[in-house]
Amino acid sequence: MSADRLSVLKTYKLYVGGKFPRSESGRVYEVTDSKGDWLANAPLSSRKDARDAVVAARKAFGGWSGATAYNRGQVLYRVAEMLEGRRDQFVSEVAEAEGLSKAKATAQVDAAVDRWVWYAGWSDKVAQIAGSANPVAGPFFNLSTPEPTGVVAVLAPQDSSFLGLVSVLAPAIVTGNTAVVVASEKSPLPALSLAEVLATSDVPGGVVNVLSGRTGEIAAPLAAHQDVNAIDLAGAGPELAKELEASAADNLKRVLRPRPADWSADPGTERLLAFLETKTVWHPMGA
Amino acid sequence: MTFAYAPAPESRSVVDIAPSYGLFIDGEFTEAAGAKVFKTVSPASEEVLSEVAHAAAEDVDRAVRAARKAFEKWSALPGAERAKYLFRIARIIQERSRELAVLETLDNGKPIRESRDSDLPLVAAHFFYYAGWADKLPYAGFGADPRPLGVAGQVIPWNFPLLMLAWKIAPALAAGNTVVLKPAETTPLSALFFADICRQAGLPKGVVNIITGDGSTGAELVTHPGVDKVAFTGSTEVGKAIARTVAGTDKKLTLELGGKAANIVFDDAPVDQAVEGIVNGIFFNQGHVCCAGSRLLVQESVADEILDALKRRMSTLRVGDPLDKNTDIGAINSPEQLARIRELADAGEAEGAERWAPSCELPSTGYWFAPTLFTGVTQAHRIAREEIFGPVLSVLTFRTPAEAVEKANNTPYGLSAGVWTEKGSRILWMADKLRAGIVWANTFNKFDPASPFGGYKESGFGREGGRHGLEAYLNVG
Repeated sequence: MSADRLSVLKTYKLYVGGKFPRSESGRVYEVTDSKGDWLANAPLSSRKDARDAVVAARKAFGGWSGATAYNRGQVLYRVAEMLEGRRDQFVSEVAEAEGLSKAKATAQVDAAVDRWVWYAGWSDKVAQIAGSANPVAGPFFNLSTPEPTGVVAVLAPQDSSFLGLVSVLAPAIVTGNTAVVVASEKSPLPALSLAEVLATSDVPGGVVNVLSGRTGEIAAPLAAHQDVNAIDLAGAGPELAKELEASAADNLKRVLRPRPADWSADPGTERLLAFLETKTVWHPMGA
Repeated sequence: MTFAYAPAPESRSVVDIAPSYGLFIDGEFTEAAGAKVFKTVSPASEEVLSEVAHAAAEDVDRAVRAARKAFEKWSALPGAERAKYLFRIARIIQERSRELAVLETLDNGKPIRESRDSDLPLVAAHFFYYAGWADKLPYAGFGADPRPLGVAGQVIPWNFPLLMLAWKIAPALAAGNTVVLKPAETTPLSALFFADICRQAGLPKGVVNIITGDGSTGAELVTHPGVDKVAFTGSTEVGKAIARTVAGTDKKLTLELGGKAANIVFDDAPVDQAVEGIVNGIFFNQGHVCCAGSRLLVQESVADEILDALKRRMSTLRVGDPLDKNTDIGAINSPEQLARIRELADAGEAEGAERWAPSCELPSTGYWFAPTLFTGVTQAHRIAREEIFGPVLSVLTFRTPAEAVEKANNTPYGLSAGVWTEKGSRILWMADKLRAGIVWANTFNKFDPASPFGGYKESGFGREGGRHGLEAYLNVG
């Protein structure tokens, strides 16, 4: 009898400021599996959606960057707990999106959850590897500490819809940045489902904002936006990456260029350190 | 009652400036293609100091090729050997520091007291610091075997010519890169003297190449396809243009650009110390400092007291001959810069701020601007928003710490900030909230090779100095 039951389809929506809006443009596009069969209609985000997401990310920055590192670590660990509970859902979404066997999709999801845990643990350690006490030649206290860059636009990898996504998002936010994520254009569903996990964890609204649609269309206003501080071009091809980098120069965004990546490999600290600023504080010593 | 100062000039006989200089490429001084030259003048007297070669595109190409050729051997040297070259350079700079200080003051216009006591000691210290890193790179936190990038194209400004050269060349060489450096058009001489120091140190040919010229030479250098790393210190406008040109390439870029630092004085700050800090913050090096404390934010309750004391102090500043050891404020570096300072100061008046300067006699030749402050400045005024890069202070007031933070951060720049208060918890709170790469608390304009320097936001990215400064010249991050 269950074989005859008609399943309940999900309406996939954007995730902006902790809410799940449709695209303000009212547009959607068809998302298919690797064989071309229809999976869902995903929101086709507009420039306005991108700008709204930036506003939400900026609004969330003070609170998230001001939270204690211990608190951010716990919140992100909570996300991993929620992901674990939805493991089966992500496995099937990744299998459909990327045309993987169940075993391979499971490996991707497991790696993604483990990676999330790995990054969560960095929250209260990164300052100890990226900061320094500086022995200046004079009677001064002198300390350098890393601080989050601000609002980071993240173009998620096109080919790795979930492990790749987690690999670029988690390092950006664990240090206190807030993010506007552009999901894989062809396979946005795992990203939109991740938003549902974030909303039911303790991640404050606006810390992560997820947009789906045409990468080029959404990325252009993000790269040019004067209130975006950095951009990760992982999901951009060479031509688009060049255009976006040139546009990002207008307010000197920090740019992480795309390069071939094996998302299953040990990520190292590159992405963790990419969106940090070093602040150095001086104070005289004296009795 | 006033005291007169007797003149106390530093002798310029320690410097022997040649009538002309070529480009230093592959260990030799050579003419520029087309034999084009330009003059460099002393901004304090308008006297022509020397004629310098103007590098054209083919000269830049020649220099980059020389650096590329030298890279293979230089990068393969054991770090300990590279270290010893850098230690030699540091020592020779110390030995020749009197000569270099006088030279810097002649070409730049800065007071000899500053070139002698600040620039030159920092230059030598910077080479000494990075020399010690050359054989310790695997311990720098960038992986077990960090590699150099290749040829570094470096373009530096005119405000601290030799110090900016040191900030660029020392970490680049320590990490195993070779360099092509272009000094600023108005201050080429100390870099050309540095070429001679490389010769004395026995540095292999082509490891350091110095090419002189104007902005067009710099543009040729940063766009040259043989350059793997671009490092620029200068204006935000040019920095943005460079960032656009390297888009889509594999060139690694670091930028140290403009600033509009807030220097924040709370009502519990010791007045005399704060006033000294304000003066040092904005009048050091004629205000030709990217991290200058050009916006004074003073708590409303003590604004009158601070301003009275500040004006008294400004009245004692001695403006004039940079070679005089008693001079506090030297010459403005160029007529172009003087025109820009005048234009912005005039805009300050036109927009309704109140201008004040002590009465001081300026020399009749050379480029001069009296130390000036503006009160009644609003955040909308150009003098509160734009980098003046001169001895001009804009004074604003605030009531609460939160308002001070809000105003301090209300700028696209984020290079430095100052905080003056006796309350420790407030210092740390302010330091945390200020979006700037350097926060000086109860001090200002302090520099050290071990201390990372660089900005947030449109003040650029990357750090110079300290362990952090190595990253810009290694294949990491």
